[in-house]
Amino acid sequence: MQIDLTVNGKRTSLDVEPRLLLAHALRDYLNLTGTHIGCDTSSCGACTVLLDGVSVKSCTVFAVQASGHEVTTIEGIGNADSLHPMQEAFWSAHGLQCGYCTTGMIVSAVDLLRRNPDPSDDEIRAGLEGNLCRCTGYENIVKAVRAAGKAMRDGEPRHSVADLMPIHPPVEEPPPSGEAIIPEQLQEAKA
Amino acid sequence: MIPASFDYVRAGSVDEAIRLLEEHGDEAKLLAGGHSLIPMMKLRLAAPSVLIDIAEIPQLAGIDVSGGRVTIGALTKHAALAASDELKKNAPALWDAANDLGDPQVRNRGTIGGASAHGDPSADYPAVLQALDATFTLAGKGGTRELTSGHFFRGMFDTALGPDEVLTRIAFDAAPNSAYAKFHHPASHYAVVGVAVVLKMDGGTIGSARVAVTGVGDAAFRAGAVESALKGVNPTDAAAVTAACASAARGVTGRSDTFASAAYRAAMADVFTARAVAKAATKR
Amino acid sequence: MAFTTMVGARIRRREDPRLITGRATYVDDVRQVGTVYAAFVRSPYGHAKLTGIDSSALKDDPHVIAVYTGEDLHHAHGLKSSLPVAHKMADLKTPPHYILALDEVRFVGEPIAVVVADSPYTARDAAENIVVEYDELPAVIDMEKAAAGPPFVHESLGTNVAYTFPFAAGDVGKAFAEADVTIKQRIVNQRVAPVPIEPRSMVANYDAGMQQLTIYSATQIPHLLRTQLAVVLGLPENKIRAIAPEVGGGFGAKLNVYAEEALICWLAMQLERPVKYIETRSECFQAMIHGRDQIDDLEIAAKNDGTITGLKLKIHANMGAYHQLLTPVIPTLTVLMAHGCYKFENIEAEVVGVFTNTMSTDAYRGAGRPEATFFVERAIDMVAQRLKLDPVEVRRRNFISASAFPHTTATGLTYDSGNYETTMDKALAAIDYAGLRKQQEELRKQGRYLGIGVSTYVEVCGMGPSAAMPAAGWDSATIRVEPTGSITVMTGVSPHGQGEETTFAQIVADELGVPIDQVTVVHGDTDKVQYGVGTFGSRGTAVGGAALKLAIETIQAKAVKIAAHQWEANPDDLEYRDGKITVKGDPSKSMTTAEAGFLAFMGDKLPPGLEPGLDATRRFEPPNFVFPFGTHVCVVEVDAQTGEVKVVRYLAVDDCGRLLNPMIVEGQVHGGIAQGLAQALFEEVVYDERGQLLTGTLMDYAIPHAEQVPSYELDHTVTPTTVNPLGVKGVGEAGTIGSTPAIANAVIDALAPFGVVHIDMPLRPEKLWAAMQAKPTNGSVR
Repeated sequence: MQIDLTVNGKRTSLDVEPRLLLAHALRDYLNLTGTHIGCDTSSCGACTVLLDGVSVKSCTVFAVQASGHEVTTIEGIGNADSLHPMQEAFWSAHGLQCGYCTTGMIVSAVDLLRRNPDPSDDEIRAGLEGNLCRCTGYENIVKAVRAAGKAMRDGEPRHSVADLMPIHPPVEEPPPSGEAIIPEQLQEAKA
Repeated sequence: MIPASFDYVRAGSVDEAIRLLEEHGDEAKLLAGGHSLIPMMKLRLAAPSVLIDIAEIPQLAGIDVSGGRVTIGALTKHAALAASDELKKNAPALWDAANDLGDPQVRNRGTIGGASAHGDPSADYPAVLQALDATFTLAGKGGTRELTSGHFFRGMFDTALGPDEVLTRIAFDAAPNSAYAKFHHPASHYAVVGVAVVLKMDGGTIGSARVAVTGVGDAAFRAGAVESALKGVNPTDAAAVTAACASAARGVTGRSDTFASAAYRAAMADVFTARAVAKAATKR
Repeated sequence: MAFTTMVGARIRRREDPRLITGRATYVDDVRQVGTVYAAFVRSPYGHAKLTGIDSSALKDDPHVIAVYTGEDLHHAHGLKSSLPVAHKMADLKTPPHYILALDEVRFVGEPIAVVVADSPYTARDAAENIVVEYDELPAVIDMEKAAAGPPFVHESLGTNVAYTFPFAAGDVGKAFAEADVTIKQRIVNQRVAPVPIEPRSMVANYDAGMQQLTIYSATQIPHLLRTQLAVVLGLPENKIRAIAPEVGGGFGAKLNVYAEEALICWLAMQLERPVKYIETRSECFQAMIHGRDQIDDLEIAAKNDGTITGLKLKIHANMGAYHQLLTPVIPTLTVLMAHGCYKFENIEAEVVGVFTNTMSTDAYRGAGRPEATFFVERAIDMVAQRLKLDPVEVRRRNFISASAFPHTTATGLTYDSGNYETTMDKALAAIDYAGLRKQQEELRKQGRYLGIGVSTYVEVCGMGPSAAMPAAGWDSATIRVEPTGSITVMTGVSPHGQGEETTFAQIVADELGVPIDQVTVVHGDTDKVQYGVGTFGSRGTAVGGAALKLAIETIQAKAVKIAAHQWEANPDDLEYRDGKITVKGDPSKSMTTAEAGFLAFMGDKLPPGLEPGLDATRRFEPPNFVFPFGTHVCVVEVDAQTGEVKVVRYLAVDDCGRLLNPMIVEGQVHGGIAQGLAQALFEEVVYDERGQLLTGTLMDYAIPHAEQVPSYELDHTVTPTTVNPLGVKGVGEAGTIGSTPAIANAVIDALAPFGVVHIDMPLRPEKLWAAMQAKPTNGSVR
């Protein structure tokens, strides 16, 4: 049947079976593969997206139920040119390892701060009860959410990935450019 | 992970939902938040051929407190209950349960009506709504009928909701001295034991109590002996409360699973009953 | 300024931008036109004869592309291969392990038939419509019953014992004869499930024109997978490409070659279409390897001062129904590490590997060593309890002293370096151990039960010398200095969360003097990367990183020759200094690696006899394992009413040698602690006596949520190793190995007033509550 979704701000119309799970609609019809699937019992939260602004497990929503509603996936939360403060904080605090649970975790954490902009560590842990991570032991995830909360309360601007790439050690002269076939300074070296 | 095929139809009103239920018979199921039904369909433990989505029916969601009576629309989401200061003041037992239930995403999607109609033996609301002596309004072809919680909850995955009825609202008297205490299953978040207590205080002592326990047996049940024993007890007297809460699960055949035996569940029923009593007596 | 700022720095991971924005490509994200989807019919019985498989309902299903049973593969298609097991045991029983069950099923979840359809949905529907008839057979789940006699998992073997592995060192008889005390205790190390959040995932494609098979799989070992697929499928290895794209966690469970992987490849060849299979979590619980599952019967001989003089061990190790890649090898590691960080000289052990009607066990984070550390650390505490000594003092009395390294153990390992007492003292000081003991005594008087648990572990990792490994133990690295100066690293290890794209780039940036963003680390693709062994056994940096260091040395040596020729100098007078080639003693003249690389590319200014190009492939064969160690201290409070455990504090002081990126090291330790804690408190795979899996979903099997674990306090000491040129020891498994006994010791310590000596894991509230029904003795038992 025909459904109308607004996904990451863009209206889209899909022809789907009623049994199609929203997670599969996002992944397989719209190629938004940042939404992951990690279980079959609505337990792990890897598939978390925002539905009308609140976090839901997209593996436990039929796409038809979402018709007429707005969905925000990790791809709509932020991107390399404009990271959401939560994405930046997960990066800076090493709040991820394999990355599989991370996208759902970030979406849940965004919703957590919507409900409670200044959560205590215990409130952060309770607020992420719907998301499982097997790599990090949660320590740095809690740290990341705390940092993102502060950044958002302080109105920090968004950064791009390029702004935050690992800091180079200082160098005496510019490194050879990757653009020229034969960079100038290398020409000199050869001479 | 993948449910069997079904037809999907959205009902715009309660009447339409009832008509659709009649039309499709036993093969049809109502779908609200879907957080009881969809997990079962994904594991193919349920395979209805028609889903009637009632989630968008207007006026079925909301919390109303007036004249000492709390009325909750069946489509009210757990998250709305959990965030309601009115509910916290007037029925902290239900507020506790809504906050303790599932996880944030589940609470954002699941509804009080859906969770109640599912009749899961480890669910929280059956205990809370029995302790609150709630009235369930069921709309059917011939109009509506009202059932008390004792009649609504019948057994394991069994309620009095008829095949062509829609649960529309749940109402109960305000119970400011109430609480829900829960022993969470570490994986499922369901209640290994959950105890709801509603107290009517008589000065410094308990005038009357309603106590209901979930998670232990095949369905939530009232702990009648405990209710009687609590009368006249000072809830700050821990020893007296503990004594009154002994054998809360007496006469109930307990369930065992890989996490907890029936005997342990029964023992924990006593502990959590006492905790719920203490919490219910505390001003929040 | 010097190029020495990257190694040791807490820089953000370079792999993260794609992961945090949802732009990474895991196997299920691989899109190929024309893909079809597999679904499996799996056994619902622990043990049964297959008496009929009827797929006739699918005959007219337009969505169904193919259906195969074990019979079809075996007879019609001649695919009779058994799945691989890597071992060096003379007497190992290796029953056939076919890709699809033939005649008989031996565990719940064993694949029986596969169906391929045009979508994952139709494939699942089709699988539901295949009717299988079974004749249920008696199942055997209990290891001791299985070892004793019939029924047999494999009737043809006439036994359930897969192998026995005896070991003896020193004079155990004398130790026990002369002991002041002896303690006997059975310690069960329960079966657990690895549960990476990404389940097993694979998609294969076959280019019939090129006769080229490509498999993307969520694997830790793309090269070993390719080798084994070549054997199983009878293909030339150079016609197979295995790719591990982004992999969502492994923990040892993806260090394997699964039936499904082989079958998906075969299907892609049969159908000449991409075939994808993503298992569900329920399937993952049934058919991904499990970990641990040993019964360890322990006898300890000790002197009154706490010196442990002898250890007798009988280990029943559950193999499951079949061997997977390393199944039989894992318990032998337990024996190797049976002395922990102590100078036990008299050890007698026997491993009995037993088949049961359960899923295979295999490597799970720590793989055999956590079991050893667990019983050794429990043994220390039991000795302390019996002799009324402080468990810390018993550890001190038995430690291998810092001056004794390298130290050859009774089991024949040579511990490279260590300083066990220093990490312990640092941990005890940080947590105020003495103060905690006082607080514990006070609280006990109030009927509150605080427990303090210490675990001092050493682990064997950096797997490992090839002679000591079931397959190759070396690893490889290639460095290519590209003509314009950027550097490409191809590593033979295959990280899936461990962060080598960052740490390896840090090493290269420092050593070859390039900005880190000019370094790209490529891994996980057999067509791009020279053969490598993979990521497991805490070997990524200790072996793969060491190979990288060798490749750097080769690059540097050649670059020096190029510079020397350019400067008409003697290469011996030049050196790499701060990432650049300089004349010794004259820093004014220098050449960058990029400049040397460019000269090497141009080719016309090279010394006679020197080949153009600046690249190197090196392999590191570790001369020994490495032995990281540390002390974990855990403080718990057990609720006397419910038996629930609250972890009040958790502190770890680890020593993994040199730290390349402390942020990543800490992350590994955090995750390891959580996993070890979960085994101690929550996790257990349970089969009933008919082999039904009772913990088959995440609703039954409890992996911890954020609020079920504490915040961890970490510190470290640094005792480098000389086993590899980086001085690193590996840290992937340390947390898991150290934490489980620390938590168990803490919980059991809390219950000491109730006369508790040992309780088996998981330390579920009910077990503790039951133990606490005894009347407590007041105050400390010490």
